[in-house]
Amino acid sequence: MALLTDLINLNLSDYTEKIIAEYIWVGGSGTDLRSKARTLPGPVTDPSQLPKWNYDGSSTGQAPGKDSEVILCPQAIFKDPFRKGNNILVMCDCYTPQGEPIPTNKRYNAAKTFSNSIVEAEETWFGIEQEYTLLQKDVNWPLGWPIGGFPGPQGPYYCAAGADKAFGRDVVDAHYKACLYAGVKISGVNGEVMPGQWEFQVGPCAAISAGDHLWIARYILERITEITGVVLSLDPKPIPGDWNGAGAHTNYSTKSMRSDGGYEVIKEAIHKLGLRHKDHISAYGQGNERRLTGRHETADIDTFVWGVANRGASIRVGRDTEKSGKGYFEDRRPASNMDPYVVTSMIAETTLLWQPN
Amino acid sequence: MALLTDLINLNLSDTTEQIIAEYIWIGGSGLDIRSKARTLPGPVTDPSKLPKWNYDGSSTGQAPGDDSEVILYPQAIFKDPFRRGNNILVICDCYTPAGVPIPTNKRYNAAKVFSHPDVAVEEPWYGIEQEYTLLQKDVKWPLGWPVGGFPGPQGPYYCSVGADKSFGRDIVDAHYKACLYAGIQISGINGEVMPGQWEFQVGPAVGISSGDQVWAARYILERITEIAGVVVSFDPKPIQGDWNGAGAHTNYSTKSMRNDGGYEVIKAAIEKLGKKHKEHIAAYGEGNERRLTGRHETADINTFLWGVANRGASIRVGRETEQNGKGYFEDRRPASNMDPYVVTSMIAETTILWKP
Repeated sequence: MALLTDLINLNLSDYTEKIIAEYIWVGGSGTDLRSKARTLPGPVTDPSQLPKWNYDGSSTGQAPGKDSEVILCPQAIFKDPFRKGNNILVMCDCYTPQGEPIPTNKRYNAAKTFSNSIVEAEETWFGIEQEYTLLQKDVNWPLGWPIGGFPGPQGPYYCAAGADKAFGRDVVDAHYKACLYAGVKISGVNGEVMPGQWEFQVGPCAAISAGDHLWIARYILERITEITGVVLSLDPKPIPGDWNGAGAHTNYSTKSMRSDGGYEVIKEAIHKLGLRHKDHISAYGQGNERRLTGRHETADIDTFVWGVANRGASIRVGRDTEKSGKGYFEDRRPASNMDPYVVTSMIAETTLLWQPN
Repeated sequence: MALLTDLINLNLSDTTEQIIAEYIWIGGSGLDIRSKARTLPGPVTDPSKLPKWNYDGSSTGQAPGDDSEVILYPQAIFKDPFRRGNNILVICDCYTPAGVPIPTNKRYNAAKVFSHPDVAVEEPWYGIEQEYTLLQKDVKWPLGWPVGGFPGPQGPYYCSVGADKSFGRDIVDAHYKACLYAGIQISGINGEVMPGQWEFQVGPAVGISSGDQVWAARYILERITEIAGVVVSFDPKPIQGDWNGAGAHTNYSTKSMRNDGGYEVIKAAIEKLGKKHKEHIAAYGEGNERRLTGRHETADINTFLWGVANRGASIRVGRETEQNGKGYFEDRRPASNMDPYVVTSMIAETTILWKP
């Protein structure tokens, strides 16, 4: 309705200094995003200048009813693409009133890993390829798929154009611009192999900011699907059978890997990751065993294999990196529902801090 | 329609000094909001400069047909977010032609309480958390719920995002900006535990202005749901069963509570409120017994219980207040359909004026 849009798009800066800050946090399941908004007296650009807040943890499975306050600590600020003006989105993490990170707060330990002096000196970079599936509301069947049936087999859909092949581009394009507006380091988008499935990439981001940027990008995506009446799924294998799953391939490099002789450092790092394969897999997202089958461009979940330009591998090294003798590599194991704080910090920890016995 | 919106959005300031003032009052049920508009010769920012007006009280259950004039006294001005420009919303209260407040005028006595010198010196602050439910028009079933059925159980909806979890955000966001535009001290919003239920907070506001601002915010909300074709309900328990009710938790502090040593003042105030529990409950909104069951983050209606960070209590004190030794507390008993004039003045009266 015209009038409702006029109100939603009111530019408050014309009338008041006040801004609206949307505080965002990860809920009790570890993948549900929650948020609420508050008014602040004026524009803020530095998270340390934002007040802490609190919420009812008993309503998100994060605290008991008798002692329900969970404290929100602002960690990163992004421009709000929905309210625009000086309004902001704030990525937060969660603490008890005594100042302890609550169990679902994965950012806390990640930040500790990234502030370790060895890790910091290596200037870790991450590029995360977030795949996701769009579902029709109420029936939870992929967007563009006939209800009670299936589309033609995979082949025509990857990077496709056309009403019979690409479903939901308005969501994807709105998301791309909204993220750029917000200050999220979104580096690209593409339509994926399974119809109704898409991917965006965030990066290269340094250290803890990779997790912040990815969570905010997920939040913006779910706000946009909410507007369009479509459901976002981060399930790693939304449809069983001859249909691709959804991953969150994590590209990684350190200063040493990016410098001359880096290829040897890369091989060494991959070797260490291979020794800790089981530990990583258990932290790389729920339900990943339905996706990592060895088919559909994955490696089997119990197998650790790496290779140059090999999309059936656990870890893929690009031809560019092999030729230059330096660069980065891609961990293809994480599922689409992984927690980027966990995955990025674990890769840094295993490759830079962990020593095999 | 392009032409209609052009007309609705005409900026009259380009063509005339005249402004439109929407006079708003509370109707005969104590909860229904009524309004009508009039033209004034130029911009006005001070309510005392607005003319009194009158309306047909026999059409709102507030006067008999053979003596139907009810007089409107302007009390507070807000900018009109719908007409914009220099146009205004005016919160009024109602009097007989003889100058006596009519029975449904709860503002009058509240203003007397707040102007009592013992109360005024304490500068009472209020933050009211107004919960409400959005209903689909005609079927009166919550927005986002399947007609003839129910959504999945509570858990995923509080502060959620996503088309399968959050219903009606465009109304909520339009309301937030409209209230800020109007000059209402709206301090935040969030999605609530029951799907289709939302909350906004107004405050901290001093004394009588808390009631004025909450009523203005309720009016703006109902105007926006009217535009969106959705119905707003302030019923305290819209759906029976394992679904949260809707409240209007009232956060409160006085100067003494906000200063060093305030925690003792808070505890003394809570004790007084406990002694008048039944009287407060009787004034805290119709139908509250369906909501205050002891489940769904409430305390049972017959029980008076207070605690730090305890959402199952009648009165909750925040951890920060306990830690700092001063601050404010939250009366969780008022229902969503409470009259803020009544609740705010009653809390001030009991805690500051009343002696057990």
